[in-house]
Amino acid sequence: MIIRRRNLLGVAVLVALVSGAGASWAADTQVAVAANFTDPAKEIATAFKAQTGHTASLTFGSSGEFYAQIAHGAPYEVFLSADADRPRKAEQDGLGVAGSRFTYAVGRLALYSTTPGLAVDGGAVLANGKFEKLAIADPAAAPYGAAAVQTMKKLGVYDRVRGRIVTGTSISQTYQFVQTGAAELGFVAWSQVITQAAGSRWLVPSREHDPIEQQAILLQAGARSPAAKAFLAFLKSPAAVAIIRKYGYEAR
Amino acid sequence: MSATFAGKGGVTGRFAGTVGGFALDADFRLEPRGITALSGPSGAGKTTLLRCIAGLTRLSGRLVVGDEIWQDERTFLAPHRRPVGVVFQEPSLLSHLSVRGNLLYGARRSTAKAEIGLDDTVDLLGLGPLLGRAPANLSGGERQRVALGRALLSQPRLLLMDEPLSSLDAGAKAEILPYLERLHRALEIPALYISHDAGEIARLADHVLLMDAGKVSPGGAVERGELAALSAEQRDGLALAALRAGLAPQL
Amino acid sequence: MAEVIWTTLRLAGVTTVLLLLVATPIAWWLARQRSWWKEVVTALTTLPIILPPSVLGFYLLIAIAPQSPLMGLLHPFGIRTLAFTFEGLVIGSMVYSLPFAVQPIRNAFEAMGARPMEVAATLRASPLDAFFTVAMPLARRGFLGAAVQVFAHTVGEFGVVLMIGGGVPGKTEVISVRMYRLVESLQYGDAHRLAAGVVVFSFAGLLAALLIERRADRKLR
Repeated sequence: MIIRRRNLLGVAVLVALVSGAGASWAADTQVAVAANFTDPAKEIATAFKAQTGHTASLTFGSSGEFYAQIAHGAPYEVFLSADADRPRKAEQDGLGVAGSRFTYAVGRLALYSTTPGLAVDGGAVLANGKFEKLAIADPAAAPYGAAAVQTMKKLGVYDRVRGRIVTGTSISQTYQFVQTGAAELGFVAWSQVITQAAGSRWLVPSREHDPIEQQAILLQAGARSPAAKAFLAFLKSPAAVAIIRKYGYEAR
Repeated sequence: MSATFAGKGGVTGRFAGTVGGFALDADFRLEPRGITALSGPSGAGKTTLLRCIAGLTRLSGRLVVGDEIWQDERTFLAPHRRPVGVVFQEPSLLSHLSVRGNLLYGARRSTAKAEIGLDDTVDLLGLGPLLGRAPANLSGGERQRVALGRALLSQPRLLLMDEPLSSLDAGAKAEILPYLERLHRALEIPALYISHDAGEIARLADHVLLMDAGKVSPGGAVERGELAALSAEQRDGLALAALRAGLAPQL
Repeated sequence: MAEVIWTTLRLAGVTTVLLLLVATPIAWWLARQRSWWKEVVTALTTLPIILPPSVLGFYLLIAIAPQSPLMGLLHPFGIRTLAFTFEGLVIGSMVYSLPFAVQPIRNAFEAMGARPMEVAATLRASPLDAFFTVAMPLARRGFLGAAVQVFAHTVGEFGVVLMIGGGVPGKTEVISVRMYRLVESLQYGDAHRLAAGVVVFSFAGLLAALLIERRADRKLR
């Protein structure tokens, strides 16, 4: 009885799969997305579905964890990283398809505070030092953290504020440090504060640090997936670029 | 036996109240010297009465030991402030202490003059070979002897024993009874001994109290030597009460 | 690396000692209390098990940040914030590990029953005296179990310390945070070495605790 029921279920699933595929030739692709790109990725996936009929199933998480998972056989077909290092390494290690790597978004750094008037243009507060804690992302793991350190060095304030730095392991944790008031100031992603009306912010000019490139790559699991390739192509389209810019990133 | 386990006076008490749905209304008196047996059917309230005397259960009432008031309308001495020795039904030794540690636990904390010494107690109860051992490695009879010694060494003014032999098998009972008889002869403080067993009572008790449904039976206090002085009617009433209480009276 | 290990051990040690001090009266009260609303306290002390560490860490961060009303109470004493401090990390670890301390001790107190305390009272021991000389020795397995669990749990803790610690070297950067960072920045070699060290150390520590317990049990035979 149990066996028969299982068989029935199997047949039903098979029928559903065949009929679903047959109806539109639409397919599904598994995309690993860096957590900081959550909102634009969702909007892009919706537009992608509308235009191509394909479904991009998004999983959000830390880029470093994704890399470790991919290296150990996780079935992601596309990887949207929060940096350029991991996609580059994925390409070198043969985890990604050679030549498929490109920069889909360039992040902008912002100095942010929930206190109005504190994080003003030019970051004068860093020099006069009227704060207790400054939150940045881990410079070793997150490009926003490395960019923050570069910016402070260029402004000549790094040695002065060094002792007051607290590091979040990701840019979202860094944002939480500032948002909860635990740290008065923080270098966060412009995309995180673009819709925030309260507090104060300074959009750090891009010349102060190396570009914060977020790169995408087609992974081996998606090498033969039309849906995966279509998603990457769509990511470069004007429609996707418009969405990416709307969320506070630059895109070419 | 060189030691005397001296006492200073009798005990009078009265407790009334309800514990967990059980109503107690007990009025009693213990002689200044000797063992008073407290007998009666299960659920008569014997253990509750003993706990009230020790202060472990609190009911309203009055308790006077010698010339000290342990409890009345205004006073309630906490259990640890009552110089009372208690032997529970199960030996209840402190398992983290050796036999010696158990014996000395109360002795060290007693504020009374040490009239009962360790050596005498060890002699009296034959505890010498057990001193260094752990309670877990003693037989039931040995444990109850240690519990008895421990209670004595806390220098009590009043000794309470709650069916100390009921958890033992016949062999262990036979082993411990001679020790209790020796204690009986040496003891000079009032003692209350709860028991169902007519044989034990005959061997150990000087006086008998009967208890039923939370009340100490009127006229239930009997001294064996005075039985002859009772009227035939009183004797019959007493025998009946004893029988109802599940006790075989040796009248 | 040595600094990170030292910070971790210091955090776990301080947390264990302080938490046992806090958990013991709670466990005692829970073991003795009969009214139904003790279950409210039980539920409260168990909550940290259910909340994901990152969520717990987030609320703790709000609670110990300068603007929190809780910190407002400490402002007169010159304490503005506990966020990103070792002290704050100790408090966070204590909250996080509270159930791991309360439950074993409470179970041990409950297993003991009421009788030993009654025995002690009839032997003239005041309640406090009896607590230290009877209840605590009888519940020693519970205390040992609680200490081992809290220590191990604190060494392994990640979500909470990450959130409220901010990874300040020498103050709040602990092994688990360092390990996460090494993995995040693809320094797998160092991560492997640190992980192996922690596993070996933890195994040795747990084994030692178990052997001590065994010996304590045998002592009285």
